[in-house]
Amino acid sequence: MIKFENVSKQYERNGITTQALQNINLTIQKGDIYGIIGYSGAGKSTLVRLINFLEKPTQGDVIIQNQSLNQLSNPQLRQVRRKIGMIFQHFNLLESKTVYENIAIPLVLIKKDKQAIKQKVYELLEFVGLSDKAHSYPKELSGGQKQRIGIARALANDPDILLCDEATSALDPQTTQSILELIKKINDQYKITVVLITHEMHVIEQVCHKVAVMEKGKIIEHGNVLDVFGHPKHKTTQNFVSSVINDQIPAGVVENLLEIEGDKNNIKLFKLEFLGRSASEPVMNSLILQQKVIVNILFAHMSEIEKTVLGSMFVQLKGSDSNIEQSVQFLREHGVNVTEIQHWENN
Amino acid sequence: MEVVNDFINYLNTNFLSRVTIEQYAQASLDTLYMVAFSLILGALIGIPLAICLVTTRPSGLLENKRVYQIINPIINFVRSLPFIILLFSLHSFTYFIVRTSIGTTAAIVPLTFYVAPYIARLVENSLLEVKSGIIEAAESMGATPIQIIWHFMLPEAFSSLILTFTTATIGLIGATAMAGAIGAGGIGDVAYSQGYQRFDDTVIYICVAILVIAIQTVQSIGNYLARKARHE
Repeated sequence: MIKFENVSKQYERNGITTQALQNINLTIQKGDIYGIIGYSGAGKSTLVRLINFLEKPTQGDVIIQNQSLNQLSNPQLRQVRRKIGMIFQHFNLLESKTVYENIAIPLVLIKKDKQAIKQKVYELLEFVGLSDKAHSYPKELSGGQKQRIGIARALANDPDILLCDEATSALDPQTTQSILELIKKINDQYKITVVLITHEMHVIEQVCHKVAVMEKGKIIEHGNVLDVFGHPKHKTTQNFVSSVINDQIPAGVVENLLEIEGDKNNIKLFKLEFLGRSASEPVMNSLILQQKVIVNILFAHMSEIEKTVLGSMFVQLKGSDSNIEQSVQFLREHGVNVTEIQHWENN
Repeated sequence: MEVVNDFINYLNTNFLSRVTIEQYAQASLDTLYMVAFSLILGALIGIPLAICLVTTRPSGLLENKRVYQIINPIINFVRSLPFIILLFSLHSFTYFIVRTSIGTTAAIVPLTFYVAPYIARLVENSLLEVKSGIIEAAESMGATPIQIIWHFMLPEAFSSLILTFTTATIGLIGATAMAGAIGAGGIGDVAYSQGYQRFDDTVIYICVAILVIAIQTVQSIGNYLARKARHE
């Protein structure tokens, strides 16, 4: 378990103080994949480095497995760090050493015997799917392969926690996907707690159980990914959510609609948000069959998070006012979040 | 073998005036001796100094203002002295250490003084070139400062260090020539005392040729080894 207790961090450079983190309180449970998302400069890099104390807080404390990091001596701190693996955006592999030597380094540092190192390195190479690359040099590898080696190195000492510092930000979408799957596999197979920071919402969407959204050194929203995504409260969170779930009606759709209907006052538009159960039931079908309205689906976007479907849909409802009223009621009863959209034509 | 001897005799009698092939060979060996010894001694002093500089500098691994602020100006001070001045100002110290202040062995003392801070600066630069991400990765693995230097910084800087020592060697070859002024022997000595002072241009040009070949060779070997260290 990782716990931030009222952590603040200031940097001072040339007499100017920058507040990197402000009163952070956060608990990360064992076995979670916890995502921290924010734009650059939000403080997420600093936050993740507090976990292995590469950065030390100016106020507050970080507790790992009931151990206060503030109270540790340097040798004790190194012991703790050996059980926290870390991977980086730019991999940080040693160019002068082979893949084998890179993965072996954490074990060489603790003076494991050669045979044990050999066994572990080959086991890890197998795990990350690069058994044939043991004697290559990092510069001969692609970005995705380098990150796999980074992951293998981070796992060499059987850590309890894996920290991912923008681990996929330098990779193309397809490679990102495969690295994320590998991270998921690590979490599943080795029960390692994963903390990852990113500025890309789809990373959170694909692997995280929990998420914290950061802005200007503060955590503005946190909780289960589904809850935070389903009901984003802050503007920043909404921006992140809309980067994976399109909740704006595309301009082309609006144009077409105006052309067909002529007058915008004749059009009633609703945004329907589906979450979990409501997304998997045939709600729309029931609506059409049971209610006296014409349903015109304009635009929809579905997304799967943590094995639950999250979706938003824009529909035009045609019918008498009372029928429309009843339909909205019907949808709400079935767990759909309905909002009438008033100023859609400015979109 | 006889052919070689005949050739040398031919050159000695018909072409090379006062200075014989054997004398050039001896001078080259003297230069090599001075360069090799002062390079090794300079490295033994310079590398630890460089490691001290890199680790104690502000935001270094073992940040220590006092140590850094003592070593740094000393290195700057010695580096700011031209070699010829260093040579003269150290002569009593040289005498104290090697019991003579002239000759090849005596020259090694000022040469070491000259090259050690030079090596310290060059090695410092090489070590600082190591990406901060590598150091961060090392720290995240729980490496001790000594492990970070040994397992991360030195291997990552290795190729650059080879070039650093190539540069230092070439600087030393230049300095040994000046050490000729205190009768240190070596190619510089021959060029000065046998060539310049006796108005024998042939001797000077031959010395120039030997030095050019030596420096080219050192640079080529250095480049080759550095390339190899980068696994290219």
